[in-house]
Amino acid sequence: MILLRLFLTFAFIGAFSFGGGYSMLTLIQEEVVLHHNWLNIQKFSDIVAISEMTPGPIAINAATYVGYRTAGFPGSLAATVGVILPSFFIVLALAKIVLKNKENPYFQGAFSGLRPVIVVLIIGASLRLGTEIIADFKSLILTIAAIAIIFLTKIHPVLIILGFGLIGILM
Amino acid sequence: MTKSQEKNKPAPAILFMTFFKIGAFTFGGGLAMIPLIRREVVENRQWLTDEDFMDTIAVTQSAPGPIAVNSATFIGYKLAGIPGALTALSGTVLPSFLVILLIAVFLENLGQSFLLQKFFSGVRPAVIALILTAGIRMGRKALRNTTDYLEAVIAFLLLIIADFHPIILIILGALWGASRVHHAAKQGGNKQ
Repeated sequence: MILLRLFLTFAFIGAFSFGGGYSMLTLIQEEVVLHHNWLNIQKFSDIVAISEMTPGPIAINAATYVGYRTAGFPGSLAATVGVILPSFFIVLALAKIVLKNKENPYFQGAFSGLRPVIVVLIIGASLRLGTEIIADFKSLILTIAAIAIIFLTKIHPVLIILGFGLIGILM
Repeated sequence: MTKSQEKNKPAPAILFMTFFKIGAFTFGGGLAMIPLIRREVVENRQWLTDEDFMDTIAVTQSAPGPIAVNSATFIGYKLAGIPGALTALSGTVLPSFLVILLIAVFLENLGQSFLLQKFFSGVRPAVIALILTAGIRMGRKALRNTTDYLEAVIAFLLLIIADFHPIILIILGALWGASRVHHAAKQGGNKQ
């Protein structure tokens, strides 16, 4: 039954996609293109491009798209719920453990020890993205301008994203 | 974990709309949604402190699945239990689900659209800037003394030069923090 297979395949993808974003592309490609032949490689690269242009994580975008192509609206629902469900339960379990132990000094110590790491991961992600995306003067100037605007004003991130999208069209 | 502002218990509709907004504007995936979530959840709604938010990221990075979705589950659960988790989760997922459905039905060749490519040539630099500044703002809160800065520098070198996996770095940071507590307790409850 195709709906069940969609659900299980994407639940598998969802359960093993640590790190999010592009780290899960390989796994999705393996399952969707090579194993199940739900999409050819051309259509798969289209869905990657579409994912970059639409909101939401690529795993969910891919699930919705592949599900619809394979079995219509019920397919898109089965695949999307499948990809979300494993991490939903795992995060719920972690949340229970963390909130239960939040007065424990060792837990507090562990969290205060990992916060500097989180800061580094976030700054590191922006630098890594920067080396991929800043390829010419235009993108360099846009990046510097955006940093200045964010530090000097309180404009909402959504407006900054839309505003710079418009600038991209005009430039 | 530090205490969050418990007074701000969200109404389900507000919880849903907040995460719907986050889901609708998280282009790029991964850590790209951190600035938007932080702005909404920490600054605007004040449901979490910056410390709570960093702990949320740590937990959600340690689980499989996209960070945006995991953060929604975690924050929703923290604020309003399992109904809260479901509300925040569906708010986050619904925008991308609807958009992809529309594209799959009507706009098969969107991937080749010239106008959209130009739009995103402007969005991507802004996303870099948003992530970087969110990291710096959190750093101002999280790095409180020389030890913290030293830890951050070491973590940075391990990430950039030695290419350590983020989960390994989070675990090392947690172990380091717990061992400091252990050490302080052994020395007769000295506060570090």
